[in-house]
This record gives sequence, C-alpha cells and structure tokens, in this order.
Amino acid sequence: MTGQFPSVLAVLAMTGAAFLQPAGPANAQAAGQEMQMICAAVLRVDQQGLPPISRLDLPPEDLGFAGARLAIEDNDTTGRFMGQDFEALEITATPETAAAEMDAILDQDIRFVVVLADDATTLALSDQVGDRAMVLNARARGDNLRGADCRANTIHAAPSHAMMADALAQFLMWKKWPNWFLVKGSHPEDQDLAAAYTRAATKFGAKIVEERVFEDTGGARRTDSGHVQVQQQMPVFTQRAPAHDILITADEAGVFAVYLPYQTWDARPVAGSAGLVPRSWHPAMEAWGGMQFQNRFEKLANRPIREDDYQTWLSLRMIGEAATRTQSADPAALRDFMLSPDFDVAGFKGQKLTVRDWDHQVRQPILLATGDLTVSVSPQDQYLHQTSALDTLGIDKPESECTF
Amino acid sequence: MKAALTTSAILAICLTTAPAFANRVFVSNEKGNDITVIDSDTLEVIGTFPGGNRPRGITISPDGKELYVCASDDDLVRVYDPETFQETHTLPSGPDPELFVLHPSGNPLYIANEDDNLVTVVDVKTHQVLAEIPVGVEPEGMGVSPDGKVVINTSETTNMAHFIDTETFEITANVLVDLRPRFAQYNPAGTKLYVSAEIGGTVSVINPETQQIDKKITFEIPGVLPEAIQPVGVRVTADGKKVYVALGPANRIAVVDGETDEVLDYLLVGQRVWQLAFTPDEKYLFTTNGNSNDVSVIDVAKDEVIKSIAVGQQPWGVVVAPN
Repeated sequence: MTGQFPSVLAVLAMTGAAFLQPAGPANAQAAGQEMQMICAAVLRVDQQGLPPISRLDLPPEDLGFAGARLAIEDNDTTGRFMGQDFEALEITATPETAAAEMDAILDQDIRFVVVLADDATTLALSDQVGDRAMVLNARARGDNLRGADCRANTIHAAPSHAMMADALAQFLMWKKWPNWFLVKGSHPEDQDLAAAYTRAATKFGAKIVEERVFEDTGGARRTDSGHVQVQQQMPVFTQRAPAHDILITADEAGVFAVYLPYQTWDARPVAGSAGLVPRSWHPAMEAWGGMQFQNRFEKLANRPIREDDYQTWLSLRMIGEAATRTQSADPAALRDFMLSPDFDVAGFKGQKLTVRDWDHQVRQPILLATGDLTVSVSPQDQYLHQTSALDTLGIDKPESECTF
Repeated sequence: MKAALTTSAILAICLTTAPAFANRVFVSNEKGNDITVIDSDTLEVIGTFPGGNRPRGITISPDGKELYVCASDDDLVRVYDPETFQETHTLPSGPDPELFVLHPSGNPLYIANEDDNLVTVVDVKTHQVLAEIPVGVEPEGMGVSPDGKVVINTSETTNMAHFIDTETFEITANVLVDLRPRFAQYNPAGTKLYVSAEIGGTVSVINPETQQIDKKITFEIPGVLPEAIQPVGVRVTADGKKVYVALGPANRIAVVDGETDEVLDYLLVGQRVWQLAFTPDEKYLFTTNGNSNDVSVIDVAKDEVIKSIAVGQQPWGVVVAPN
C-alpha cells in the first residue's frame, strides 16, 4: 500500500515551486498583498496485519487523507478572503519507515504534522519531533499519551479511551443499566481499553459483574462457513456470567467483538467495540450542520466518512481556524493561539471545541452509534461540571498525570 | 377584506387599540416535508400542504401573491399561491438551497447554496439565474439592507459575513464573526447589522458603514448551560427599539434593546427555537421550535409567550403574509 503514495521528497519535487512559493492573489481583498502560505503534513503509519473481520471495515486507500483534502478545501475557501493559502502533504509510512519520513517532513521546514498512528508510534514521533514542529494526533486513543506520557508539542484531536468509555457509561447509567459484563481481548491494547471501562464504571457508579478474557488464538478471519462456528462458539463463551444488563467489549485489536451481538448466551445487548459504539464521528450524523459536512466529504471522496477522516479534518481545521483568527502564518503564533483559552473551533457537534490546557486534549462530544445511526450523544444532560460539561468525559484536571 | 368592511366596522376598528386583521402564517416543516398554515387572529392551524423535500427557508413577496420555499433536497425553490396553497411553479436555486432573502422591491431572490459555497441570484419574474457569487464554506444567513443596495451572506464554516453589492454582484467586504454565523438582519434604519453566531453564542452588531463590529451581544441564562445558548434567528421591530434573538437549544428568545444592545429579557418558548416572524402590525412574534414540533406565539407589547401551536415535524422557517 505504501508504494502507491510518494514519499515527502517525491511530492516536493512534483509540486515544486508552486508549493514553496506564495501563490498569487486570489481575490480583491488579497490583491496587492502577498498570500500567506500555511503548510502541514499528514503522516499515516499503516500497520501490517490481518484484515478486519467485516469487509465493510476494510480501510480505504485515502483513509485520513480524504479528510485532509476536505479541510484544505475548507481552509482555502476562507483563505481566499483572508489572503491565506493552505497545503497538506499526504505521506504514508510503515512503523519502520515512520521516523525517516518524519525527518524528511521536518527537513522541509513543515511545522505542523498530523499523525495517524498507534499509541507507541505516535509517542515515538512526538519525541522525535521535539520543538521542531507541532504534532496533531488524529488517531491514537491511549490514555497514557494524555497522562504520564503526555508531550507539550502534541495536541490530541482524537478522543481518548477514557472519553469514549465515559461517554458510553453516562448513557448506560441514564438507561439504568449499571451491571456490566466486561469481555476484553488478550492483546496489550485491549487491556488499556478495558482499564478505561473499569475506570468509567467506578466514576459513574456502574458495577462490572465479571471480567472475562477472549483469547486470540489466531487463525483465519474468514472461511466459507464462518458464521456457523461463531454461532456455536459465542454462546458457549458467554455463558454462566453473573446477572448483567449489558455486555461491554474491549477489543481494540478487532479480534472478536463484532461476533458477539445476537450470539450471546443471555439475551443482552452488546456495546463498546461492537453494538453500541462510542465514536468521534459517524457517517449517518445529520444534526448540527452535519448533513452539509457529510455531503461535502462524500462528493470529494466518493465514500462515507471514517473517524480517521474526521479527526484529520479537525486537526487541519484547527490550524486553519488559528490562521484565520490571528491573520498570521507564523507557526509559533498559530501554536500559541491554539493552546490559548481564546481558541475554539466548530466541528459539527453542536458546540465549540476547545483544547484542555492540562493535557492538550480537544474537548468534544462523543457520538454513541450503531451501524446505521447515532443513538445518543454524550455528555448526557444530567452530568454537570463546574467548568464545561465536556470535562465530564475523560481525565479531568485534578486527576491528570500529565505535566509538560 | 378591507373592501368588505362596513362603516361601523371601520369605526369599531378605529376605536380599538389593536385591530386584528387575520394574516396567514406559513411554517416550513423540515422533516415533515410540508407547510403548516396558521391564522394569526385565531392562532389556530387552518391548513397543511406539501412543501417539497426538506423545506427550510420560507418567504413571501411584498404583495403577498407568491410564497417561496427552499426545498433543500429538491435543489430548487417551490413557489405557491398563498391563497389556494397550490404550487404554481418552481425557480432554479442551485444545489441545496437553505435560506434566502427577497430584495425589498420583491425581485430578485438571493439564495444561499449550503453545499456549494455559492449565493445564487434568481429573477422571480423571468425565472432566470442572474448570478452565482462564490462565498465562504456553507453559506446560510441572508440579509438585505433596507435600501436594497447590499446583500449579506453568512458562511457557517468560514465564519464571515460577506457584503455583496446588489448592482455588481461583487463582494465588497468580509467581516470575520464568531463560530457558525447563521443569520443576518439589518435594523429598519439600516444603521445596524445583526449577525448571529450559533456555536460562538454571540450576536455581532456590525456598523454597515465601516463594516466594523461595534459590539458583541452575549447571553447568560441562569440554569442553562452556556453551550446550549446558540443564537440563530434575529428580528427587529419597525422602530428598531427591540431585537428578538432565537437561542436554539436554550429554548428561549432573548429580547434585546435595539439602542443599547443590552439584553432586556429572556422568554421561554419550545425546544430548539430557530426562526422568527412578526405579524405586520407587530402584535405577535411567531417562533419555530424544531424539537418540540410547535410554534410559540409571543405578545410583542408585553413580551409574553401566550400560546404554543402544534405544527408539523421539525418546524424550521416561518413567514407571515403581509395582507
């Protein structure tokens, strides 16, 4: 897959002067003044691995990048009136080549890098970048990246596991479904996600009646008669659980969760990694101007939007919004403004999105969605907070382990 | 109706302080795909008729003979006879028309194309598109100056009010406002331009001469989360003294002093209130409440909500016939 995307150097050679030099004036307002260039890069680190269980979840080749293209279009439309021009390079890497690609990006004096990578790679890239650029995390959800391993040069546009778990927990408590049967995978990343649900249960007063591990024993994901065995195995796996209201799956590795709805021993709904899933965005979202956003994206990409696209879009829109408001292209000025209390950005979620000063996490409502629809949006109205209701989701200031 | 009045009836009207001529109130129901008609005297629903797919923006010609509806998902403007409720013809609108404003003379119509970053100008007599003006991302709010020389468009993701010259169709100024500007409304004297920002939670008061923001009106309601205060529709009384601002999911209308731009009062209405319309005598103000599927009626003199009227699914826009 990587081979289909040129490296940084190749892209720069292709775009050449047009990319590095200011473009001409594009409207009456900007006439007579030089266009300000604001350049960013999107670095997507693709893992080799098994395909997802459902073929509907196969990653499109332009995953994340399509969101970047929409953000640049949006930024440029505004930029036309402000005398600003935006660019974003699209770079793919493997975990092995990520560092070299990042170096190549930094060598081109690009000061904003949107990173789509797993927790460990994101942290390594943030450390590699140091004070040479600002990293915008558009994928990794690890709570450690906002906690003990937080970095001052990184803003998290992607919500954390804790935010996702809290969003689901608030809804389940509102439903009065406080007894959870937690099933987690056997991979290390599944433990982190399960820990977020355990923490959310304590925070909101739910009870985890049992925690059970689904061992990943490997094997082919798909066979000609796949569902036959699933139909036998899943009820057996879930039987003899204590009385519970709902089964919560923590399956970051994507090994088993989607097998569980309708296959459980007890007639109980499934949530978490399958069933009712907390998401940063969903292609069926229509409220708060979402319809227009979906239409624009689908016209550009010819497919429904994914969370990685939304998070990348949001990252680049934050840069665009900072450039519009400060009327500056100076990376330091944009960075300072994004991290200041004056910064906010609209993200089609019904309220302004802002950045937490204690861990650089973007505050945002979380959608709870089935395959077809948004079922609810958290925070739930009943959960109040002294500063922002959004801070009922995730790690609040007093509990944060982050120090910059 | 006036012609049918007898001398004694005219005398009676002259003697009462608030003559009650009945006007038709038209409400577009975004999800119900229909238009609800209310009698402004009895405050009862007197009819419902199909409004095309996803009807949102709604307005009426100054002579009251043509009712215009943005049928967003049909990509056109549907035109109805306000008396018979029959569709007479359609107008080209460009894709996804959301909101529009009619020139004070009754022609042309300026339409915001939300999906296409354009304002389309349509001649309502010849049905021809006169111009397409590129604006910011997600154009929505449309306002026109009382002298008809300037049209304002607000772009929701670009966060600007664009000033458009109605002679040349050129943008003459862009004013950066707060997040998601939804609506633009001049005061009748043309000395102030109010632009609401839904996510920003403010109304910018712009001086049309200098194109500078003179003041930002902010709102604070005890017991209502600040995030729920989302200003959308704005209407100003003919004397310019009172400004009404719909506050979306705060479920309230703010009453603002048109001279000092200070908030005077908050009126509790239905859920997710977006658009507003006065009766011609300014006795009543109607509000569309999208989440409670009703219209609230405000007594303007007393600033009191006097009635809720159930309408169709997700009422969006409202207009009152001039006669």
